[in-house]
Amino acid sequence: MEYFLQQLINGLTLGAVYGLIAIGYTMVYGIIGMINFAHGEIYMIGSFIALICFSILGLSGVASVPLAILVVLLVTVLFTAAYGWAVERLAYRPLRGSFRLAPLISAIGMSIFLQNYVQLLQGARVKAMAPMVTGGFVVTERAGFQVTLSYMQIIIMALTLILMAGFSQLISRTALGRAQRACEQDQKMAALSGIDVDRTVSLTFLLGAGLAAVAGVMTTLHYGVIDFFIGFLVGLKAFTAAVLGGIGSLPGAMLGGILIGLVEAFWAAYFAAEYKDVAAFSILVLVLVFRPTGLLGQPEVEKV
Amino acid sequence: MDLGNRFGDDGIQWGAILKDAGLAALVALVLALLLFGVRLSDGGGGGLEFRPWWVVIAVAAVFAGRAAVALWIGTRKPASGTALPWFDRAVARLSEHKRLLFAAFFLAVAILPLLPVADRRMVDLATLVMIYVMLGWGLNIVVGLAGLLDLGYVAFYAVGAYSYTLLAIHFDLSFWVCLPLAGAIAALFGVLLGFPVLRLRGDYLAIVTLGFGEMTRIIIINWSSLTGGSEGITGIAVPTLFGLRFTPSPAAGETAFHQFFGIPFGGIHKLIFLFYIILILALLTHLFSERMRKLPMGRAWEALREDEIASRALGLNPVLVKLSAFGLGAMFAGFAGSFFATRQGFINPSSFTFIESAIILAIVVLGGMGSQVGVICAAIVLILLPELARDFAEFRMLLFGGAMVAIMVWRPRGLLAHRVPSVRLGQAPPGALRGGLP
Repeated sequence: MEYFLQQLINGLTLGAVYGLIAIGYTMVYGIIGMINFAHGEIYMIGSFIALICFSILGLSGVASVPLAILVVLLVTVLFTAAYGWAVERLAYRPLRGSFRLAPLISAIGMSIFLQNYVQLLQGARVKAMAPMVTGGFVVTERAGFQVTLSYMQIIIMALTLILMAGFSQLISRTALGRAQRACEQDQKMAALSGIDVDRTVSLTFLLGAGLAAVAGVMTTLHYGVIDFFIGFLVGLKAFTAAVLGGIGSLPGAMLGGILIGLVEAFWAAYFAAEYKDVAAFSILVLVLVFRPTGLLGQPEVEKV
Repeated sequence: MDLGNRFGDDGIQWGAILKDAGLAALVALVLALLLFGVRLSDGGGGGLEFRPWWVVIAVAAVFAGRAAVALWIGTRKPASGTALPWFDRAVARLSEHKRLLFAAFFLAVAILPLLPVADRRMVDLATLVMIYVMLGWGLNIVVGLAGLLDLGYVAFYAVGAYSYTLLAIHFDLSFWVCLPLAGAIAALFGVLLGFPVLRLRGDYLAIVTLGFGEMTRIIIINWSSLTGGSEGITGIAVPTLFGLRFTPSPAAGETAFHQFFGIPFGGIHKLIFLFYIILILALLTHLFSERMRKLPMGRAWEALREDEIASRALGLNPVLVKLSAFGLGAMFAGFAGSFFATRQGFINPSSFTFIESAIILAIVVLGGMGSQVGVICAAIVLILLPELARDFAEFRMLLFGGAMVAIMVWRPRGLLAHRVPSVRLGQAPPGALRGGLP
């Protein structure tokens, strides 16, 4: 039971991270109908920028941990969002109106490019960081097995909740959110009623990359080890989460992320840890085959 | 990207160009500042190396590049539709003599290993390029003809390689018996994997096939008792030429290749033999897909690629049509896989990563989807150049990804996009349609 509880906590933390990244996939898919294959790489770049910022702050002797985390979050989000914007501008915008698979192929190219870009600039070896936030609560304890909820896990979950709440407000209340929903329904009509479609799409990429950057900061703090290849698997699983929740739906992305995180944690704990990635991919296949709209998605009608 | 309209009759507007390049440089500064400017130390420790000059160089390069592109676009005559009209004309002229070119190319390749200049390295490289040409042609059936984006093609390559190896080792079968078996097993795999997922839409299918590719690799790594895990399997036998072995000292009662022909033993004989095997396999793949395009099944593939809803309305069963393309493409990957295993002499899962799928896809995409000649050109560029320019090997994948993006942006149909329609309407008699169609 205690073991189960501990895995539940670990799975929820992991799921929160997947959910944050999945929102980027789901928003972009909703608005321009493409799988942004390079989104996992944006998350990886976010982790690198976060680690660089932490190291710079560490060298300049900033002692206050909350202040450091806040500064790094802001800087990382800004710089990573610039990458998200640039990727859209260079690799996707010229392809709008091209044949259906062109943006996906371009995105795969972008993903390979970004991986090797970071590998060349920062080296192929693993980078690591000493944990900054240590300690936590002991939830229960029995027979020498402690169930702990670390402060870092609390920060991740709280931050995810705050961002989710902020995002649903953004989508439902602000002018930008209205513009996004309008573009999602009909780009031509949205353009006719005065919405700058290009700007809306760019902002969507900025926001998605920003959330991936938050996920990057959090995983760098929590797990402390990054390399240039982490974006590939995490990106695939986050995409699985977006599909599982119903692509195009924000709460769905979060729900899907948490489910994938839980499945992964429990699979690794109770079955074979080396097959946990196979479990995640199997979910992707099963969902796509049996319920392509996902848990909270709306059916898509293909028109001639 | 629309810089053309900034050049009126007044000549070049330097102000606009400089402003544009300045903005690009500003973006480059933001992107480069941390990742170029600071290098993390490997492992832990938090040591940093600052490299301000890298940032300056990157920003200056972007500024100059952007300005040069703007100038180039501005001073050019207004283009008619495509980005490189002269290239299109050249491709169109070349494709008029397609058959002749093809025959000449294959003749040249076929006599290449027999020339006195051919050394081991050259034959080996030619073999490597031919493997990718064959894989490209196999994937072309799936991606180019049937329009199914398969990101897990390497899974079938792996299945072919492992089934050949396991059959050869456990049942002591020869290469020529195992080759069709490996192809059949890979095709069966293709059908089994394809059946549940082929009703999915294009980009979903791509991600699911990617998942299959990764799953295959993870299973190969972890199923150690069968596949040897990440160590792989070694000691795979070299095929024989009608029972003649390529060894300096054959076992008692056997005749080696050099003894039979009465020539001194040479290590290169084996390589040349392997080269001819892959050449014939690749040619078979090519002839097969060229014939398929003229048969009802191939036409159904192309019809489905162009418009699924219309083809369904005409009575095609999309699942069956797609499944046939998927299975046949997998079969050729299986052939290529068994050849790969026998050429290497050992296999392990690290030969079958996603990057391998991406390279094969890049060959098909860059060559021009559906273009057979394009695959050859792309394979030569993508496989041969990096092998020859070893100094730039670490930039290889970077350029690879960049080239995929650039080709999609400038020529979404690939480099040799000029495609002859598979089916042509007959010439209408003069005046037959006049007034009939608007």
